[in-house]
Amino acid sequence: MAKVPVQFTLNGSEKAEFIDSGTTLLNALRDKIGDTSPKGGCHQGTCGACSVIIDGELRLSCLTLAETCNRAAITTTSGLAEGGVLHPLQRAFLDTFATQCGFCTPGMIMAAKVLLDHTPDPSRDEVVEALSGNICRCTGYEPIIQAVLTAARANSQNAA
Amino acid sequence: MELRKNYFADVRKDDLHEIGQPRPRSDSPGHVTGKTAFFADRNFPGMLHLKMVRSPHHHARIRSIDTSQAEKHPGVVKVLTAKDVPHNVYTILILIQIGPEDETVLADGKVRWKGEAVVAVLAETERAAQEAAAKVKVDYEVLPAVFDMEEALKPGAPLVNEYHGQNYYLYDSGECRKVRFGDVEAGFAGADHILEQSYQSSPIEHAPTETTGCVVAPEGNDRFTCYTNTQAMFFTLDNTSIILQMPGSKLHFVGGTVGGGFGGKVDVIVEPIAILGAKLTGRPVCFIYSREEEMQISSPRAAEKVIIKDGVMKDGRIVARKVTGYTDAGAYSRHSPYGAQKGAGHYPGPYTIPNVWIDTYCVYTNRTPSSAMRGFGVTIGDFALEVQMDKLARLIGMDPLEFRFINAYRDGDMKAHRQPTEGAALIECMQEASRAANWPVAEKFMAMSSYRKGA
Repeated sequence: MAKVPVQFTLNGSEKAEFIDSGTTLLNALRDKIGDTSPKGGCHQGTCGACSVIIDGELRLSCLTLAETCNRAAITTTSGLAEGGVLHPLQRAFLDTFATQCGFCTPGMIMAAKVLLDHTPDPSRDEVVEALSGNICRCTGYEPIIQAVLTAARANSQNAA
Repeated sequence: MELRKNYFADVRKDDLHEIGQPRPRSDSPGHVTGKTAFFADRNFPGMLHLKMVRSPHHHARIRSIDTSQAEKHPGVVKVLTAKDVPHNVYTILILIQIGPEDETVLADGKVRWKGEAVVAVLAETERAAQEAAAKVKVDYEVLPAVFDMEEALKPGAPLVNEYHGQNYYLYDSGECRKVRFGDVEAGFAGADHILEQSYQSSPIEHAPTETTGCVVAPEGNDRFTCYTNTQAMFFTLDNTSIILQMPGSKLHFVGGTVGGGFGGKVDVIVEPIAILGAKLTGRPVCFIYSREEEMQISSPRAAEKVIIKDGVMKDGRIVARKVTGYTDAGAYSRHSPYGAQKGAGHYPGPYTIPNVWIDTYCVYTNRTPSSAMRGFGVTIGDFALEVQMDKLARLIGMDPLEFRFINAYRDGDMKAHRQPTEGAALIECMQEASRAANWPVAEKFMAMSSYRKGA
């Protein structure tokens, strides 16, 4: 199978890999690069567990070919904490009991981050809309919505 | 949260300090940073991928299996059939002496449900395994199938599972689990009203976000480490030990991190065949369900049918209850005989009824084997019982909550299975519920207590 070179930054650090043409970004991140924070739940773009941020946009890594990510900037949940300090979203997910089994959590946090990056002070409806592509089967959505709203408040207090 | 201390004030111990106090979960820092290691996050050099060839028929005899084309497919390392499995016929609950062994790891001679595992293909890549699996040729002779529990119990119905010999599980109490208490016919004869209703449910899929699977690594000393998302670690370890005829000391199971389960990951399905693959190839093996397999192959909650006949007095007392319950096990037992048995214990409800007669059947059909899911065997029963309670209350023109106060079991009451009731607290729960829901009940019910001195 043809190998293709692909180069991108992952959570700020340069990555360069030769991958099989047709490899999904999800598999490239997990199997080649070793970032297992994006999870494969359905591999068909319906559960959101594999969500990552590519050049500022929320994307499903199971439906994104790695070779299309050349020179992109990719962010995953494993890169959010800086210097051992949790991102406000991570802190809020912890504090509001918004994780249970934890499998959907990295994708949820990515979806929430894109929302807060574009809309720092979202309404509840906007949070619900932003998380609508991410399926959770055990925590229940209410604590997750609360976590995002809590993080948004923490953000606006920091800004003020 | 308010902790009410007026209930059972003279018997309660008040040296508990945990309830009402928030405690951080030990695993959530790993969850929010993406560092929690789920089984599929383990990757080993040279790892093989396992794909299953599955039955396209609900019921069929296997005339022949031809794996020659699959074995020649580029990347294929090993193809496994029934003859490769040391102890191919098993049942999960044999560990607690509940048999017979009735399920094959890989189909041998027959398939009994659409989706049953027939041949396992191990290849260098997932894609190669998938392509090779498509090249396995199985010649089937399609047999008549039965999908309805009542049809399955009729004389002359196709026999689903030869290991049972009939289409129901044979308990030590006979063809069903039985509860007999008082004289139910006398109870009906003396009742002011009789209400008989039937309730039924469909199978329910758990749909965990993480699909079922495991990753096995041979340790080089004839020992195998199995990273798995099983919800039943020791059932899995011990059953694998039986199926592979290997001492448990050769098997090292690592689990505890489950990406959603809800009971759907208590069956022993992926681990034995993946470990066998690792043993026969000497290489790490990954066997993970696709989303499609998760939805179609993993055992759902059983479909159930419940027929409840109650005799009730005008003053609200239930004087007789007769229940017949049917649990659709699908083609194999797994945990269903236990689920049906739980139903038998549960159908009297949390109520004191002097005359009770219960039969629950575990029925085999050519459907996906059902198994554990969140209170399986009792949740559908509870739905049926409580709808029935509302209907009974309506029948005699009584408030449904007051009707439950009249029948609620209290400490010292004899239950239908001849266990005296202890620590009931149902009255107190209903009192709190009536306050919380703003559902007023008569003062005499608010003055009741489950606790009886000397009971």
